[in-house]
Amino acid sequence: MTSTADRLVEFDEVLTRYEPVIGLETHVELGTASKMFCGCATTFGAEPNTHTCPVCLGMPGSLPVANAAAIEATIKIGLALGCRIANWSRFARKNYFYPDIPKGFQTSQYDEPLCVAGHLDVEVDGTTHRVEIERVHLEEDTGKNLHVGGATGRIHGADHSLIDFNRAGIPLVEIVTRPVPGAGRLAPEVARAYVTELREIVQALGVSDVRMEQGSLRCDVNISLNPVGDLEWGTRTETKNVNSLRSVERAVRFEMRRQAAVLDSGGRIVQETRHFHEDTGTTSSGRSKEEATDYRYFPEPDLVPLAPDADWIEKLRAELPELPAARRTRLQQEWGISGTEMTWLANAGALGLVEQTVAAGASPGDARKWWLGDLARRANEAGTELGELAVTPAQVAELVRLVNEGTINDGLARQVLDGVLAGQGDPAQVVEAQGLAVMGESDELVAAVEAAIAGAPDVIAKVKAGKVQALGALVGAVMKTTRGKADAPTVKRMLEERVLGS
Amino acid sequence: MSSISREDVAHLARLSRLAVTDEELDRFAGQLDQVLAAVARVGEAAVADVPPMTHAVPLTNVLRPDEVTPSLSRDVVLAGAPAAEDGRIRVPRILGDAE
Repeated sequence: MTSTADRLVEFDEVLTRYEPVIGLETHVELGTASKMFCGCATTFGAEPNTHTCPVCLGMPGSLPVANAAAIEATIKIGLALGCRIANWSRFARKNYFYPDIPKGFQTSQYDEPLCVAGHLDVEVDGTTHRVEIERVHLEEDTGKNLHVGGATGRIHGADHSLIDFNRAGIPLVEIVTRPVPGAGRLAPEVARAYVTELREIVQALGVSDVRMEQGSLRCDVNISLNPVGDLEWGTRTETKNVNSLRSVERAVRFEMRRQAAVLDSGGRIVQETRHFHEDTGTTSSGRSKEEATDYRYFPEPDLVPLAPDADWIEKLRAELPELPAARRTRLQQEWGISGTEMTWLANAGALGLVEQTVAAGASPGDARKWWLGDLARRANEAGTELGELAVTPAQVAELVRLVNEGTINDGLARQVLDGVLAGQGDPAQVVEAQGLAVMGESDELVAAVEAAIAGAPDVIAKVKAGKVQALGALVGAVMKTTRGKADAPTVKRMLEERVLGS
Repeated sequence: MSSISREDVAHLARLSRLAVTDEELDRFAGQLDQVLAAVARVGEAAVADVPPMTHAVPLTNVLRPDEVTPSLSRDVVLAGAPAAEDGRIRVPRILGDAE
């Protein structure tokens, strides 16, 4: 293992000499209640080794039975990616020796996966990139290792390891792309956009919570470089452990820069597994792949073949929800906004929130204004996602209604929002409890207006001399004495009536 | 017809993490050859219109509903392990010094 810092070529310079080819293998942990081949629960964060049984521990004589919901979820992912669903598919044993694999093999699929030959279109910088999907297959997750005795829990230098088999046997869908050439300088963004869109699709299907930070969506990124114009692709590396969307982009970028430096100096790229390091954004060499390639796959004798018939597949196709790309197109039309605005909404994670706010009665414009404006700012300040703010789309819609009815103005609405976010109830309740409604032409307001006039004879003189816009200062003074609760146009009219006698 | 070499056996033994002596390599190579020869007779019987099969039963789509059933108690699970620590199964160092 080398620990010297890798030499790197500047990203822009890489592209003057080399073309990247990327490929992605994405693992999605399905959100089934029970494991793939046994009835153990899949709950995240349970006490170690409390969700295991003879099947997922690989005890001799135990027999697996496939989880119907996991099969259906995999077929749905395949359908959403435009794949052909196999009418004959089998599980296979992938044999290798590692402590987190209790059986000595992983039950996976080899040459007969459930879904093949699909595609996913992603948009980057206004251009569409088609990512071809080679296969979608179903397998089982491994246990979790905890390394003891080394620095910061790393496997290197560890004294021994501790295994928790709760995760072993949880259904895992692997989605493999074909190599993607031609992305050029956009390769890092295309890789990220692909994983982002895939995550959206899986989320829309409701088959996984796809939380990268909890490992229910994991990414391996393959990258190779070839000299510009070469027809033959270079040797690729496979970077594992890429656990955020941002990291997908960073990993591609780093490997391009590192490989270019190796090739520049006349070196060869070693086909190997590399590990991504979140803290530094770098990759380092892992196990050499040559050692591990002899998986001796063979058909799993304990599980009979899957043969989804046309009726079953069509039933599942009919159950597919509207997919994210179609939904974005529809909403963009319904809301009459530009593609750029749509991208902002999507990137801010506000699409669903705006949609629900509109469904609760707000206009698309008002809903967008609040979510991308005040609420986005507050989420940003609090360092959380928009969806995690303590306000519901229905409450935002109510706030909009109160403003449009004239019960509150925009300034008061912000105070009402503070109350809602502080858990004081719905907007109308906060208005009531804190007396935040706009003042009508009450005695209090009349008094405030007259006090403002009495206190500024110089302004009155200017106005009477024809400088009507000087009244603005008095409007401000009244708003201040009423702590923003007055309605500015009403105040202006009252001032004009009294000063100009209209 | 010798299809399994000494090297093949050594390779398989290493993949399976089995310590096999030199004498055993010779012995197992011979035995495995006999096993393969016996199984190879199936190939003589196979004809072009019979697809390769992996299961003797004519069943497909044997599935279970996605329902949780009770797991083993952790004490029972850990009792079967050579060593345990903090509710987890303890295993020796995974990476050897050479790696």
